Amino acid sequence: MLRTNIKRVFKSGFLNFWRNGSVSVTAVLIMTMALLVIGSLLLTQALLHSTLDQIKNKVDINVYLVTSAEEDEILALKKQIESQPEVSEVTYSSREQELADFKTRHENDELTLQALDEIGDNPLGASLEIKAKDPSQYEGISTFLENQKKENSESIIDKINYSRNKAAIAALTKIMDASRTLGLAVAIFFAVIAFLISFNTIRLTIYMAREEISVKRLVGASTRYIKGPFVVSGLMYGAVATLLALLLLLPITYWAGPHTLDLGTGVNLFSYYLSDILSIGGMMLISGLFIGALSSYWAVKKYLKI
Amino acid sequence: MIYFDKVSKTYQNDTKALDSVSFTIKPKEFVSIVGHSGAGKTTIIKMILGEEKPSNGAVYFESVNIGGLRKNEMTDYRRRVGTVFQDFRLLPNLTVYENIAFAMEACGRTDEEISADVPHVLGLVDLTKKMMNFPHQLSGGEKQRVAIARAIVNQPDIIIADEPTGNLDPVSTYDIIQILKKINDLGTTVILTTHNKGVVDSIGKRVITMEGGKIARDDKDGKFAI
Repeated sequence: MLRTNIKRVFKSGFLNFWRNGSVSVTAVLIMTMALLVIGSLLLTQALLHSTLDQIKNKVDINVYLVTSAEEDEILALKKQIESQPEVSEVTYSSREQELADFKTRHENDELTLQALDEIGDNPLGASLEIKAKDPSQYEGISTFLENQKKENSESIIDKINYSRNKAAIAALTKIMDASRTLGLAVAIFFAVIAFLISFNTIRLTIYMAREEISVKRLVGASTRYIKGPFVVSGLMYGAVATLLALLLLLPITYWAGPHTLDLGTGVNLFSYYLSDILSIGGMMLISGLFIGALSSYWAVKKYLKI
Repeated sequence: MIYFDKVSKTYQNDTKALDSVSFTIKPKEFVSIVGHSGAGKTTIIKMILGEEKPSNGAVYFESVNIGGLRKNEMTDYRRRVGTVFQDFRLLPNLTVYENIAFAMEACGRTDEEISADVPHVLGLVDLTKKMMNFPHQLSGGEKQRVAIARAIVNQPDIIIADEPTGNLDPVSTYDIIQILKKINDLGTTVILTTHNKGVVDSIGKRVITMEGGKIARDDKDGKFAI
């Protein structure tokens, strides 16, 4: 009997959805708009994180080494720095590389190049470029390097450029943290609005069926037997709306893709959307089903009091 | 079968709908309840259906206090009562067949029982040809016959018809009353509320006349007398 009842509830839910044509179309369209907002928020969050990661990757600490530093000493120091938990990457640039880079940077500056030739020997020391896992960790890494320099009189560290960049890094860290928090707050705000709009639309569809609910009650239908088809219809609103929203996001992201790349986010939105369509679609589907089923369940409850 | 024991009902706005009303309805009786608007007819129907509870007194169905039923007990009880309303109250998105099948599904009847009983009961109300129509494709009289078919399909102990002819033309009114009389002749208790003098007089059975929330008359084989 349970199987028969479940079958009947699903059949009735599908019939409700199909035969309540205009009501279903309205509910689906409004849920589609709500899910588009949720999908757009997911994509915006991805863009924001990608942009912040791009900026983060441009921040580093450079450690300039004395010209007398030997290669094995440098590699030992590099290894020591890499073992720090805050460090994500250390790039070694040899004296020769530093000289080549210097010449490239000043290729239009005849005087400087001439002066360099007159010195004869390579005056530049090797350097280590250090990237932290998070910009807020540069202070700790810098302190570690300063201590290395102070504690060892024969240290090969000549200069650390952190203090010069300290203010900029601190400001950037604050901006990034604020951007993330603000982004999340905005996302939650719009998601709540989208949820409320969908919830009220479904409540309205059920309000229109309140007479039907009371009739079902009076012919002896149980609470579950009355609620079930409405919940099934709600699930269908969610599922169809998710499909529509995913399809609508295709041309939107296709158009926006090149623009997002030009903005320096490092991401083509269309490529990102296609590569992550399963996870984005999954999250939208879960949201759609959740909103549809929960709204229907709550809304029917109100009319079941008799 | 139905026993009203000194039932009073005062609504939240202090309107007194029933004032210490007592009466008994025996099995297989056909009882018409008549009275002006606000006399208390609908409140009596709502109490039998468990939609309203008495402020004082109690309403019993086979010695069970209807007002004291829990939700699941109320569902079981309602399956033993068939209801017919003035505004038909059919499910608009279901066909005639599905409307009647719904009442059977709600009672947990099997698909085989449904496919056997629905055409049979539609035959009784002469609507076999319209079983695939939706309510909006039917006339008022046809809608009311569907409502009666839905009410009787589960073979209830009692049929409650609240102004069933209120929206119908004289020919349809006659048809509906004939069907209700036939149902009663087959052994089902029928309680009818109406304003229609002709209907009550043509039935020629017990009439309870309500006035200001009280029973003014209770006549066996009575006539409409307000």
